[in-house]
Amino acid sequence: MIAFNKYYNHFNILSIAIVIISLFLLTFKGLNFGIDFKGGTLIELRSTDDRINVSSLRDNLNAINLGDVSVKKFGNDTDFLIKFENNSNKNVIEQIKVSLDKSFGNQFDFRRVENVGPKVSAELLKSGVIAISIALILMLIYIWIRFEWQFSLGAIAALFHDVIVTLGMFSLLGLEINLSIIAAVLTIVGYSMNDTVVIFDRVRENLKKYSDIKIFELTNISINETLSRTLITSITTLLALFSIFFFGGEILKGFSLAMIFGVIFGTYSSIYIANTILVRLNVSQKTILKEEDKN
Amino acid sequence: MLYFSKLRIITVFLFSLIFILIASSNLFKFDNKFLDKKINLGLDLQGGSYLLLEIDNTPVIEQKLQNLTTIIRNYFKKKDIRIKNLKLLDQQLLFSVDENLKQTIIDEFNSQESDLNPYYPRFKKHQLDIIEKDDIFYVSFSDQGIINLKTSSQDQALEIVRRRIDEIGTNEPNILKRGNDRILVELPGLDDPMRIKSLLGKTANLTFRFVTNNQEDSFGTEKLQYSDSTDEAIVSKRIILSGDNLLDAQPRMNSETNETIVSFTLDRVGAKRFGKATSTGIGKQLAIVLDGKIISAPIIRDTIASGSGQISGGFTFQSATDLALLLRSGALPAPMNIIEERTVGPDLGQDSIDAGMIALAIGFILVIIFIFIKYKIFGLITNITLVINLFLLIGILTIFEATLTLPGIAGIILTVGMAVDANVLIFERIKEELKNEKNNLIAFDSGYTKSRTAILDANITTLLAAIILFFMGSGPIKGFSLTLGIGIFTTLFSVYFIARLLTVLYVFKNKDKERLI
Repeated sequence: MIAFNKYYNHFNILSIAIVIISLFLLTFKGLNFGIDFKGGTLIELRSTDDRINVSSLRDNLNAINLGDVSVKKFGNDTDFLIKFENNSNKNVIEQIKVSLDKSFGNQFDFRRVENVGPKVSAELLKSGVIAISIALILMLIYIWIRFEWQFSLGAIAALFHDVIVTLGMFSLLGLEINLSIIAAVLTIVGYSMNDTVVIFDRVRENLKKYSDIKIFELTNISINETLSRTLITSITTLLALFSIFFFGGEILKGFSLAMIFGVIFGTYSSIYIANTILVRLNVSQKTILKEEDKN
Repeated sequence: MLYFSKLRIITVFLFSLIFILIASSNLFKFDNKFLDKKINLGLDLQGGSYLLLEIDNTPVIEQKLQNLTTIIRNYFKKKDIRIKNLKLLDQQLLFSVDENLKQTIIDEFNSQESDLNPYYPRFKKHQLDIIEKDDIFYVSFSDQGIINLKTSSQDQALEIVRRRIDEIGTNEPNILKRGNDRILVELPGLDDPMRIKSLLGKTANLTFRFVTNNQEDSFGTEKLQYSDSTDEAIVSKRIILSGDNLLDAQPRMNSETNETIVSFTLDRVGAKRFGKATSTGIGKQLAIVLDGKIISAPIIRDTIASGSGQISGGFTFQSATDLALLLRSGALPAPMNIIEERTVGPDLGQDSIDAGMIALAIGFILVIIFIFIKYKIFGLITNITLVINLFLLIGILTIFEATLTLPGIAGIILTVGMAVDANVLIFERIKEELKNEKNNLIAFDSGYTKSRTAILDANITTLLAAIILFFMGSGPIKGFSLTLGIGIFTTLFSVYFIARLLTVLYVFKNKDKERLI
């Protein structure tokens, strides 16, 4: 049996520190919102001439006055991603085509063009925030029905930890937040919950079984009993996610990375956050028996 | 938990077989109608254009209020009430009346039988709101009035958009209403939406009006620019003929001047009016105005009674074709703006499919190897279940002819990773039970029973996340939530019916073996 409980305090301090750092990053560095949430235009180009590089493309685009243009390589050497803010010129894409053709010859394939107006991006951001909020509230209601309040508090703390730290990672690394990241965050919410609930189920079962074991020990027993399941499921999920990350193409990279962070944090938090809350709230056999008496 | 009747075994077997068949109908062609269904590929996978258009209703509201000024004046004239200082300001009509008539005005507007102000019994609301402040009446559209106006202009715009897109002849377009002032257009297979964008961006409001040098025309005049130069002309606001009167329009070549023109045919009313205008106005200039710009303003030389004519204005063949198309399909009730556009080229779509399939295959193989190493024979059972699960998931998507997107493929891969969870929970539980229980059958039975709540909990939480995403998410994200959500059901089915059945068959055969798992 691994003595997870030996490190409860250490990891609690670490978690609090990481959450504070994440919140700090989110407040001061902020998130790198993509065009879905900020509005603007994105163009994915593939050139047939491998002499064309980021700086020659950037020089060309700067000449047509698009405002703040970002040009990056996308995946391999001949693919580029161009982004700029909303432009009042409706024919801006046509203009770019003309300008690129003039300087480089007909060397480009416009693989993807996305343009999100300011009104739509504001709505998408709003509905993303609403979706995550509703998810958190529904999860809260679900475990509130399923468990005693001490457990709910533990699960919610773990959930907030996972969401905040994942977003903090995105802020730290300057990764782009787009619609698929919202999907990833929601899936993380589901996954983290699922992991926590499985351990809690066992804690409750053990609470009924043993009246003489303190919660400090009891959580450790429960974590150990469910450990192989926790690890196996995390591993298979990560195997799937890594194969999306490495083989699923550039578009899914951000999504799978967010999910990979989320699964790792989710596994950690169900052991070191959810359970320690039960310990700190001094949950005992009485806690669950009292609830059952009431019913 | 361990008992399976013969009937149940056969049902499960047949059920799986049917889904395997349905799922494989995506790869082969079946003559059978029931089997000949396919998953639709989203625009991000097959390539195509997604355009979200927003109708700008401000001009419609102003126009309606403008019309209302005449209606109000005439309506109260009949009742011998003099309306004073009637004017339009900031989407409101302002007017005043003598003190003793105020109540009559309010009653007229607020009566449920009012002709002036239609009442919507369903919403218990009038079309117009009227308020009085400092002896001035302010009339504006009520919330419900605005909604009605928006819905009707959306209906009209949808029809026009459909006609324009049909004229261009793209493959299976999808044109849908969004809210009450938006239209969503999905054009599969279209990789350069420039032309459609420019055609949808035009209101195509065509009018024929006299150029006038007389500033005091009774209908008023306005200064308009030519579309191909900076020249301006003063044009009467009186409309002789509008695009509504056109029956047909076609691009043509004028054989004398070798110029591309648009020839048009008028309906009966239009022909009559055109004949009259051209007979009284010989020598005058007739301006052809499209969306506030003069295309050309030819001098009338003869009376045109045939009801057909032509527009010239330095067109290329392409621009003449487009103008003819716009005129044939009619004017939009209000200008529209493209507020969101997402276009994916067909080769990126194919690359995404390839990458998605490779990721699915690799993810699948990795999970299968891992599970087999971990659980041996039970790993094999889990893996068989996983394969059938995948068929079930794809089969259900096929039956509903659901749309598969790139995030949807990610959802399937994620399902593969998470689907083993339920079997892992069961097997780990059985292992624990076997520590204290020598009888394999009892241990397996209680392993299944005791793991059930944890499995349900785990799946309900994921399902909640998927449901929220389905209702809140847009486009591709919906595809993700769909596969993730359906994946939960197919996982539960395959774990409790297929994996359990295989486990039971194996355990009964080897019930006396020690350390079975």
